[in-house]
Amino acid sequence: MNKSRNKAFSISESSRRSKVVAGTLVILYALVTMIPLVWIFLTGFKSPPDSIAYPPKVFFTPTLEGYVNLFTTRSRQTPEYIKSLGPPKTWYEELVRKRNMVITGPSRFKDRYMNSLVIGFGSTFLAVFLGTLAAYGFSRFRVPLKDDLLFFILSTRMMPPVAVAIPIYLMYRQLGLTDTWLGMILLYTAVNVSLAVWLLKGFVDEIPREYEEAAVIDGYSRFQAFVKVVLPQMRTGIAATAIFCLIFAWNEYAFALLLTSGTAQTAPPFIPQIIGEGGLDWPAVAAGTTLFLIPIVFFTILLRKQLLRGITFGALRK
Amino acid sequence: MTTKDKTTFIQKLALATPEPIARKARGLSDRALAWLFISPTIILLLAINIFPLLWTIYLSFTNYHANRPNMHVRWIGLRNYERILGREDVWEFMQITAHFVFWTMLLQVLIGFTLALLINRNFKGASFWVTVILIPMMLSPAVVGTFWTYLYQPQTGIFSYIINAFHNFGPIDMIGSVKLAPWAIIIVDTWMWTPYIVLLTLAGLRSIPDYLYEAAEIDRANSWQKFWHITFPRVLPFLMLAVLFRGIENFKMFDMVAELTSGGPGSVTEVVSIALKRAAFESWKTGYASALAIILFVTVFALGNIYVKALNRVKQ
Repeated sequence: MNKSRNKAFSISESSRRSKVVAGTLVILYALVTMIPLVWIFLTGFKSPPDSIAYPPKVFFTPTLEGYVNLFTTRSRQTPEYIKSLGPPKTWYEELVRKRNMVITGPSRFKDRYMNSLVIGFGSTFLAVFLGTLAAYGFSRFRVPLKDDLLFFILSTRMMPPVAVAIPIYLMYRQLGLTDTWLGMILLYTAVNVSLAVWLLKGFVDEIPREYEEAAVIDGYSRFQAFVKVVLPQMRTGIAATAIFCLIFAWNEYAFALLLTSGTAQTAPPFIPQIIGEGGLDWPAVAAGTTLFLIPIVFFTILLRKQLLRGITFGALRK
Repeated sequence: MTTKDKTTFIQKLALATPEPIARKARGLSDRALAWLFISPTIILLLAINIFPLLWTIYLSFTNYHANRPNMHVRWIGLRNYERILGREDVWEFMQITAHFVFWTMLLQVLIGFTLALLINRNFKGASFWVTVILIPMMLSPAVVGTFWTYLYQPQTGIFSYIINAFHNFGPIDMIGSVKLAPWAIIIVDTWMWTPYIVLLTLAGLRSIPDYLYEAAEIDRANSWQKFWHITFPRVLPFLMLAVLFRGIENFKMFDMVAELTSGGPGSVTEVVSIALKRAAFESWKTGYASALAIILFVTVFALGNIYVKALNRVKQ
């Protein structure tokens, strides 16, 4: 099919020269669009003075100071005091002491990252679990008001988070769910389940019914047929859906900002709060951003064939 | 885990299901099984979306303040709605939001559509570069907003530096200036979401059957005619779908703007969601904010309805 398309175009527009021009322009755009990300990645390895140098430094001596600052809290001390401590025991202590500071303990970044992982994976698991069942139900059974229910499910995702947050905030305050893992997991599950149902329904629809019918004739019950015949064939779909849910939960900010403050706070509302001596410690912020974004970039590359499906709720495939 | 291992794992899991539950599930009629499968999702959504929504509707008719739990809650009828629709600052942030939505959509459609046409020429390595282009839209909008504040630093930021390399404007204060701040959020949104338009336009382009172009070739249509009579009308539904969806998302935009400008300077980038957050969680006018939330809901719900209809049409 691909070949015939090439042919169709080659008659009319895609001469070799036009291909080169198109390629050059697209690559140029891709490179420009990557500048911000590359720049943030580089900033993570700059020293604080280098990060606010004018003109902006493209070449610099890389240091891990940003990463050390990201994971530690520090306090400023007099040189005499630092001298009295004896030689630094680790490379990162040495790095910090150069700035007349000593490490006073770990920062909260690790906890926030942990929270993001727990809430992300917890809600993804639940949403995909519920979504798989519901998708199968909608795909295979005659459900009264099916289209209305499906629209209802999708419409819950369209709700503006800040507007939903008001009653959720009041409800969670009553139930003691504010700032807890459980509260956030339930909330993200509710948001993600709509995407999961729509995406997975598309995948189930693609599996021929005949397989299950054959299994039922062989003496399987409907439920057994679902578990033994349909589920194994849904693997790709379930994996892709899980990654989309994970990315959403990982990136979510509004609910996290309004409903968590301490123990269950995830990374997105925390990263902007990384503050060093005298204003924002940009290398530390950049380091945190880098560590936060790397999994997403990785997943995007992994998912590229399913992206279209994911962003249109399973409606459009290739 | 290999494919085979996974299959057996799922089968084991099925076998490990406690016998009474398994027996029940096996014996269930299709109808019962359907409800067993669907109802947990519906119940969760009722508890976490619909119940709170009803509560918001109730609150929107009261003078409730969430930070004063002991205050007597009074039913004040439509007063909150009257105040919102009658106040000038509400129209102001509606205009700010409209400005944001209009320009982001226009820029993204122009850039995204052009890019998709170029990508569709199938040059060597196209699929790799498409993946690169798509990365920004998968990132966390709040974190994107955060690091753009760094890129936008007027003296030392890379944005100002690059612009000045083309034309010497001096330090450009994108976030601090009343004139530029609305454009600061438009630029970041365009950087982030143009890939969305690219992806959907590409889907549209790839849905066009080759024989249409071949037929046009026989009719000796020139490339402009082919574009205008075949490509454009076929891609248009996809493009409109993308605009509708991104339009809804940008209408309720919060994360990126909250971190980039948090509505400032003053309130020149105070889009609806930011205004709502300020009313609900900073002034704690819960009743008033609820009424605003309902207005936002109704708008988004109506647009969402159109979106689903459009989705179904494109699908066919």
